[in-house]
Amino acid sequence: MAKSLEYIRLDKFPHVWCPGCGIGIVMGSIIRAVDKMEINKNDVVMVSGIGCSGRMPGYCDFNTLHTTHGRALSFATGIKLANPKFKVITVMGDGDALAIGGNHLIHAARRNIDILAIIINNWIYGMTGGQYSPTTPLGSFATTAPYGQVEPPFDVLKLIKGSGASYIARGTVYHIRELDKLISGGLQKKGFAVVEVISQCPTSFGRRNKMGSAVEMMKRQKEETVPVKKAEKMSKEELKGKIVRGLFLDEERDEYTERYEKLIAKAKEVHQK
Amino acid sequence: MSKARIMSGNEAVVEGALVAGVRFFGGYPITPSSEIAEVLSRLLPQVGGKFIQMEDELSSVGAIVGASLAGIKSMTATSGPGFSLMQENMGLAFMAEVPCVIVDVQRGGPSTGLPTKVSQSDVMQVRWGRHGDQNVIALVPSSVRESFDLIIDCVNLAEEYRMPVVLLLDEVISHMREKVILPEKDEIKVIERKKPPKGQEKYFPYEITEDAIPPMANFGEGYRYHVTGLTHDETGFPTSDPEKINQVMRRLYQKIEKHKEEIIKVEEKYTEDAEIAIFAYGSVARSAYSAVKEAREKGIKVGLMRPIILWPFPYKKVSDLANKVKRIIVPEMNMGQIIAEVKKVSFGKVKVEGVNRIDGELITPSEIMAKIEEVS
Amino acid sequence: MKEKYELRLSGAGGQGLMLAGLILAEAAGVYDGKNVVQTQSYGPEARGGASKSEVVISEGEIDYPKVVNPDILLALTQEACDKYYPELKEGGTLIVDSFYVKKLPPYKKVVSVPITSIAEKEVGRKVVANIVALGVITEFTGVVSREAIKEAVLSRVPKGTEKMNEKALEVGFRIGRESR
Repeated sequence: MAKSLEYIRLDKFPHVWCPGCGIGIVMGSIIRAVDKMEINKNDVVMVSGIGCSGRMPGYCDFNTLHTTHGRALSFATGIKLANPKFKVITVMGDGDALAIGGNHLIHAARRNIDILAIIINNWIYGMTGGQYSPTTPLGSFATTAPYGQVEPPFDVLKLIKGSGASYIARGTVYHIRELDKLISGGLQKKGFAVVEVISQCPTSFGRRNKMGSAVEMMKRQKEETVPVKKAEKMSKEELKGKIVRGLFLDEERDEYTERYEKLIAKAKEVHQK
Repeated sequence: MSKARIMSGNEAVVEGALVAGVRFFGGYPITPSSEIAEVLSRLLPQVGGKFIQMEDELSSVGAIVGASLAGIKSMTATSGPGFSLMQENMGLAFMAEVPCVIVDVQRGGPSTGLPTKVSQSDVMQVRWGRHGDQNVIALVPSSVRESFDLIIDCVNLAEEYRMPVVLLLDEVISHMREKVILPEKDEIKVIERKKPPKGQEKYFPYEITEDAIPPMANFGEGYRYHVTGLTHDETGFPTSDPEKINQVMRRLYQKIEKHKEEIIKVEEKYTEDAEIAIFAYGSVARSAYSAVKEAREKGIKVGLMRPIILWPFPYKKVSDLANKVKRIIVPEMNMGQIIAEVKKVSFGKVKVEGVNRIDGELITPSEIMAKIEEVS
Repeated sequence: MKEKYELRLSGAGGQGLMLAGLILAEAAGVYDGKNVVQTQSYGPEARGGASKSEVVISEGEIDYPKVVNPDILLALTQEACDKYYPELKEGGTLIVDSFYVKKLPPYKKVVSVPITSIAEKEVGRKVVANIVALGVITEFTGVVSREAIKEAVLSRVPKGTEKMNEKALEVGFRIGRESR
C-alpha cells in the first residue's frame, strides 16, 4: 500500500467517485502492475476519455491525458507511434470505449498497437446519470430505458477477438488478485491488450435495478461469474446467466510500432537509392 | 537558388511541412486534400517521421495531438466534411494548448457538396466551428509558393503560441500547378516550442506568464503533468473556482489578443490612392488583382487588400481602408461570410458590396470588373 | 511569340490529359523559363467522364489561373469539342483527334488528325496519344520549344518507356509540320 502511494497524486484527493464505486480498485491494480514491472513513471502515459473512468489519470502520477469522449485510443495511438518508448495505458468506460469510441477500439485492435486498454464495464453511463450503454443487459432499467433495455448488449471480448488484439482478459473488481494478474499480464504484453473489468455502479445502475449496496453488487460478481477453466467443463445450460472471467487470449503477434520501424528502415533504403 | 519547379499547392504544403520540422501526420482520405497524405506517407518515413491513416477525422486530430504531446511536430489535412468532424478534438487542442497544424482544403458544401470543386465556405467554420470561446489563427495562401511559405508559418505559429493553427487552402490553390523557386533551407526560419527553463523543479503547464504563452514540456521529460479538456487552473488540473476559471480562460484568449498585431499579415496593392477597394483572399484574390490591373488601365482607381492571415482578422487595417475609400467590394466563393467582418468596421463609413459565387467555379476577373464598373 | 497563351486540353478521363498538361507546364516553366499555371477539372470517375486540363503560359505574372478563351484547344472527344469550341479565341487553333471527333465545327484553323490511331499504328500503343498530341501542339503552334517539350516528356514518363514516348513525340512533330 505504502508503495502504491508513490504513484498517486494525493493532493488531488478526495476523488470524484461515489462510495462503493469500483474504479478506484482498478486504479490500484494498474498501479501495482506498473510497480511490479518497475517502469519509470516518466515513461508511463495514462490516457482516458470522458466519464467516471476518465478521471483516473488525474489521480495518477504519470504523464496523464484526459481527452474527449471515446477518443482516448486515438490520442494514445499518436503518443505511442510518435515515441514507442512510452508505456501507454488507456482507461475507458463501457459507453466511452464501446459506443462513442467503438470505432477507435476495433481499429487499435486491428493495428495491434502496444497499448493496454482497460475497459471498466459497469453496465451504465454513470457520470451523466444512468443512461443505458452498449453493455446494459436486456431488460435492465436505465434513465433512458424506463421500460427496460430493449437493445441486446455487446460481448466485448468477442468484438475485440474479431478485430485482432494480442491479449484479451476479463476480470472483476471483486476478484482482486486475479485482476492484478490479468492487468499485469496485459501491461507486459507487447501488442494491443484489452482487459475488461466488471465493476459496480451502485449509484446509477444498482439502485435503479434493485441490486442493493455496493457490497451486494460485488457479491454478484462472485456468484455470477465463473473462471474460464471451469467454464470449459460446464454445459451451455449451466453457463446460462454466468459471465466467464480470466485470460481468453495471449498471443505473439507483430506489433504495430515495431512494424512501422521496419517500414522506416525500408523507406530510408529506397530513398538512398 | 533552387531550381524552378512545377508543383501543386498540395505538394508545396508537403515540402513546406517537412522543412518546418513536421514529423508526424495522422489523417483520413478526402478530396481535394488526399495528395498531401499520399506524398507524406512516402516522404515522412524517409526522414524517420511517422504517417498513419486513422479510422476517421476525429481520431486523426486525436493522434496528432497525442504525437505533439510526445514532442513531435504534427499535422493533418482534410476538406470541409472532415474539417467538421475535426472540430471536436481541435477544441481539446485549443483548451489543452497543444501545438498542431490542420490543413483544410475547402470544397463546396454543405455536407458532401462538391468534392472536386472550389469554395471558400469554411472561413467561418474555422473561426466559430467549435463550442466555447477561443481565438484562432488561420492562414490563406493565394499561390503555390505561398502555400509553401504559409505552412511553415502555420507550424511556427502553432509552436510559438501553443495551439492548433489552420491552413485554409481552397481547391484551386491546392490542385493548381505553378512554377515556383523554393528558398534554400538555411533561408527559412523554424521555431521550436518554448520549454520550461532547465532544472526548474515545479512546472505549471498553464502558468500565467507575461506573454500569456506558458512554456510547454513534452511528455517523458520528467514533469508528469496533467492535460485535460476540462477547464483547468495553471497546474493543469480541473477547477471549478470562478476566479481561477476567469483567470485562465482570459489568459487563453489574451494569448492571441495580445500578439495579434505581430500575427496579422495583409498585402496591399494600389490602395494608396484607391477610391474603390477590393478585399479578397485565397484564389479569389488572384482574380481580384487581375481586375484591379484592368481597372487601373481604364483609369479607375481601384486597390486590393488581401489578408494573408485571415484570423485574427485585420479589423484595424480594414477600418483604416474604410476611412479612405468610397466603396469596398468583397468577392468570395460563399454567400457572403467574410463580408460581414468587413462591414463590422466599415459601418457608417462606406458601402460594402459582395460578389459571390457558390457554383464550384472560381470567380472571374470580369465578374469583379463588372462590379467595379457598376459602382464607379 | 505572344505575351500570353491559354491552352485547354480536353477529352475524357483516362486519356492522359492531366499528365499532358503537367508536361506542357514543365516544358514552358522549367525548360523555356516562362511563367506558367496549370489547372484541371475532373469528375468523380477515375476513368471516363469529362476531363480538362488547362495551361496558361505567360512572359508576365499570371493572376487568374484559369483559361477563359483558349488560344489552343485540344479536343480528344466529340463532347469536349462541342462543349469548348464556342470558347475558342478568335483566330485560335483547334486540334482534334479525328478518331473520336467526327463532326467538326465550321472553322478554318483546325488540325484534324486521327491522333489515337496514329499512336497505335506508328508507336504501337494507344496510350501515348497524349504525347503525340503534345508533339502536334508544339510543332503547329510553337507555344513551347521542341527541346523543352522533349526534356519535359522524358523527365515525366515512367522509366523504360522513354524510347516509346520520344518516338510518339517525333510522330507528333511530323503531324504538326504536315498540318501547317
